[in-house]
Amino acid sequence: MGLLSKKDSKLILDPLADDNPITIQVLGICSALAITAQLKPSIVMAVSVIFVLGVGNVVISLMRNIIPSKIRIIVQLIVVATLVIIVDQVLKAFAYELSKELSVFIGLIITNCIIMGRFEAFALGNGPWRSFLDGIGNAAGYGLILIIVGFFRELLGSGTLFGFQVMGDPVEKTGLYAIGYENNGFMVLPPMALIVVGLIIWVQRSRNKELIEEN
Amino acid sequence: MEHIELFFKSIFVDNMVFAYFLGMCSYLAVSKKVSTAVGLGAAVIFVLTVTVPLNWLLDQYILQEGALKWLGAEYAEYDLSFLSFILFIATIATMVQLVEIIVEKFSPSLYNSLGIFLPLIAVNCAILGGSLFMQSREIETLGLALNYGFSSGIGWFLAIVAIAAIREKIRYSNVPAPLRGLGITFIITGLMAIGFMSFGGMLTGGDEESPSLDSDPSNVGMKTEKVQKESVESTEAVSVSEITAQ
Repeated sequence: MGLLSKKDSKLILDPLADDNPITIQVLGICSALAITAQLKPSIVMAVSVIFVLGVGNVVISLMRNIIPSKIRIIVQLIVVATLVIIVDQVLKAFAYELSKELSVFIGLIITNCIIMGRFEAFALGNGPWRSFLDGIGNAAGYGLILIIVGFFRELLGSGTLFGFQVMGDPVEKTGLYAIGYENNGFMVLPPMALIVVGLIIWVQRSRNKELIEEN
Repeated sequence: MEHIELFFKSIFVDNMVFAYFLGMCSYLAVSKKVSTAVGLGAAVIFVLTVTVPLNWLLDQYILQEGALKWLGAEYAEYDLSFLSFILFIATIATMVQLVEIIVEKFSPSLYNSLGIFLPLIAVNCAILGGSLFMQSREIETLGLALNYGFSSGIGWFLAIVAIAAIREKIRYSNVPAPLRGLGITFIITGLMAIGFMSFGGMLTGGDEESPSLDSDPSNVGMKTEKVQKESVESTEAVSVSEITAQ
């Protein structure tokens, strides 16, 4: 990364793995799980959060010296709510079906803990450019987990990716279905999102022993 | 009847945590001890019971398409529903502040037990989620909105107290090291969610049944008996055929 100094690129790359918002910082799980039954909504959600957190971090960072600390929570909420309304209106205008599918969960980006957490922990104490990088990095780390979960749930649950049947046709018994493969309908149900994230945490922590908790 | 149905539905079938994953952040962060979990759960019930009806009023009289009719005929065409996120979250943040001040003034002991949790609640997804679901499901009356807020709060309370109790016990068991803490909590929550799915048919009594049979409980009982009998008969038939084949 010639464009960024070493310290700056660390801001982006750290949250992708060893400081991941979902698996390590335990932030932003609320909206992460409900929409990952398929790949497409997961990606839309990831992009929305990258936009909201990137722009929001810059706005808060620019205002950090004029926000009275007593009412900063309300100010932060108003900034996020405004950005989320923009996302929601854009989705309604250009991807109506998808916005119906995501229903209230676009609105719930407002209370996504990642956003308030990064505002409090980073944007209030750092300049706009570094805050922007931090926002993008953290939102991308969040999006990465979302996409992994969405990928496995759609692939194993419905045998499709983005709606294309990659495993063959279950009705006409082509592809893998010809040799007796069956879709695991359980993967589509909400509880499996939790279990898949639990398994991701397991894999990640087995690879990096420093992350293991003390009970 | 409508009220009772909504009450049980919001607690068990549409449980905030297990069916929609709302408020997961504080659910995972504050569930290490039962006593703190009870405190946070109580605060959530309280705030949901206050904010859902308030946001219902806002939705009915300001936000919905044509809701501004009471101001005069020329306002009847306004549709302000795009503002609902910002108004709902502002109401919630203000209510949380207000509740904090009132509780501090009138009941210091309650304030000491809830105190640290109240500011957390403003950014709990379950609270905003309650209001947004209330809006998207078009709940009809103020009473039902109050009921919905209260009962989904109870559902959340149940979930967090249950997981806190399990986590207190699991400290003594030998969990694989990389799963300790967060990982095992996720998986347990998943298993609990599977358990809660069994409440799904509680109120419908099985959608595919014909309504005439459903209305009479004795009929339903007879029907299940009959089904069991049939299945027993069919297994008998199979075993008989097996025997004859041999």
